[in-house]
Amino acid sequence: MANEDGVDKNDEQKNADTSPQPEVAAATSPSGESAPAKLEEVAANPEPAVDKSAAVAAEPGPIPADEPELVRAAYEHPLAIRITHWVNAISLFVMVTSGLRIFRAFPTFGPKIPEKVLLDIPKSLTLGGWLGGALQWHFTFMWLFAGSGVVYFVFQAFSGHYRTMLFTLRDVPGVWPMARHYFFFGPKPPAKGQYNPLQKLAYTSTIGFGVLSLLTGIVLYKPAQFSWLAFVFGGYHLTRLWHFAAMCGFLAFIPGHLIMVLLHGWGNFYSMLSGWKREPEYQE
Amino acid sequence: MITRLEDKELKRQSRRQLLKLAPIAALGVFAFPKVSERLVKAGVGFSDWASGSLFRGQHLAQTFSNSEVVPFSQFPYNGYDVLDPEVDLEKWTLTVEGDVQHPGEYKLEQIQALAKIDQNTRHVCVEGWDVIGAFGGARISDFMVLVGANTGARFLEVECADDYYESIDMASALHPQSLLCYEMYGQPLDRKHGAPLRLQMPTKLGYKQAKYLDTVRVTNVLKPDKTGYWEDQGYSWFGGL
Repeated sequence: MANEDGVDKNDEQKNADTSPQPEVAAATSPSGESAPAKLEEVAANPEPAVDKSAAVAAEPGPIPADEPELVRAAYEHPLAIRITHWVNAISLFVMVTSGLRIFRAFPTFGPKIPEKVLLDIPKSLTLGGWLGGALQWHFTFMWLFAGSGVVYFVFQAFSGHYRTMLFTLRDVPGVWPMARHYFFFGPKPPAKGQYNPLQKLAYTSTIGFGVLSLLTGIVLYKPAQFSWLAFVFGGYHLTRLWHFAAMCGFLAFIPGHLIMVLLHGWGNFYSMLSGWKREPEYQE
Repeated sequence: MITRLEDKELKRQSRRQLLKLAPIAALGVFAFPKVSERLVKAGVGFSDWASGSLFRGQHLAQTFSNSEVVPFSQFPYNGYDVLDPEVDLEKWTLTVEGDVQHPGEYKLEQIQALAKIDQNTRHVCVEGWDVIGAFGGARISDFMVLVGANTGARFLEVECADDYYESIDMASALHPQSLLCYEMYGQPLDRKHGAPLRLQMPTKLGYKQAKYLDTVRVTNVLKPDKTGYWEDQGYSWFGGL
């Protein structure tokens, strides 16, 4: 920051009132490290800056032809969100595919005797090769899944970033217009924030699925140690059904999520990698 | 929050932010079977360590009333190979070895002379099914006293008449609900359920609860490739509930 201030002071006269964009970038840059770039820019190109300030001072109206065009952009996804998103995506893939393999070993929620196959999951959709292999994947990636969940939760809570995505009662009226737009070709409601009410509902639901799968997973893994938690879910036997239901929630979310990402194109997808969204739809 | 910045600057910022995600690419090693095989085994090892740390030696598993127990006919027979290894029940003795003061052969009567515990507990299979059954037997901890075992040792190894073998941590073995079980539903253990003696531990998965017990060994060292029949093929060694 000292470095940055120094640059500002040195170039104050040349730069004043002409090109505020580097300062804006520096102020909103999540890394706060754009000072060297500004230095280079100024050093490489001192003459036009002087010309510009002269032009502006003389004639404030017309924008000079060599003024670089500014792009509207928003830093939508902080690093913690992006990391946990991708770690979660990978671990969720492993947890679902290995989990389906584990389910194959007893593919019902009824009694052992008589055992009736409820769902015959194709082996090709599963990971691990056999029950033991699938359990190894499951018992390894459960730590990543839980870890990324905890980091995500703590970050959202303490950064206040959750306000962009948490579904609240205020979002309820906006759900139907958005659903009508997506599914019944209704008019598109104006974008108000980073996420529309339907998105908020979907994302907030996945947090619920995550918490449910984690808590029920703890019960299935350690029903004796966490007997009180087993009791909360209606006992060990029923907990297995809740655990499966949580996965179904994720399986309902993921295709819709992927389709929307596809429909909204590369820039939208890239924002979950780079954090930056170019030309967002919303205004504030 | 909307920002206005130069295209060049936006691209530069985006690139730097993208690069910060590079460490996640390390998870790509899981795509290589030879590497992932080791990593997921290490993952289970870590989970076992966590499970062992979490285990509370005096915390009891849930017990059930007689009306909640499934009928005997609905308690599954489960074996890895033969369900009846044809143990000669008349001549049967339990061999006790290892870190004990009184090694040797123990008769079923000696075990039955110990305080009898009757408990209705849940039997949980690694496959996902569970049944509530009625079990009777002697506490392993009492038997350990009888044979003068060094309970400071780390493991209890068992070998079975059907060549099955298992090993359990001492803390789980000494748990008050861990039994040398010789009765189910008030009847002597039947042959397919492991006659004359099996392990019954509501804090362990089914595959840890070896049947047709033959030999019990108290030890501090496990052979790395012989910790349990299923464990050697990839199941979790701790297998605790």
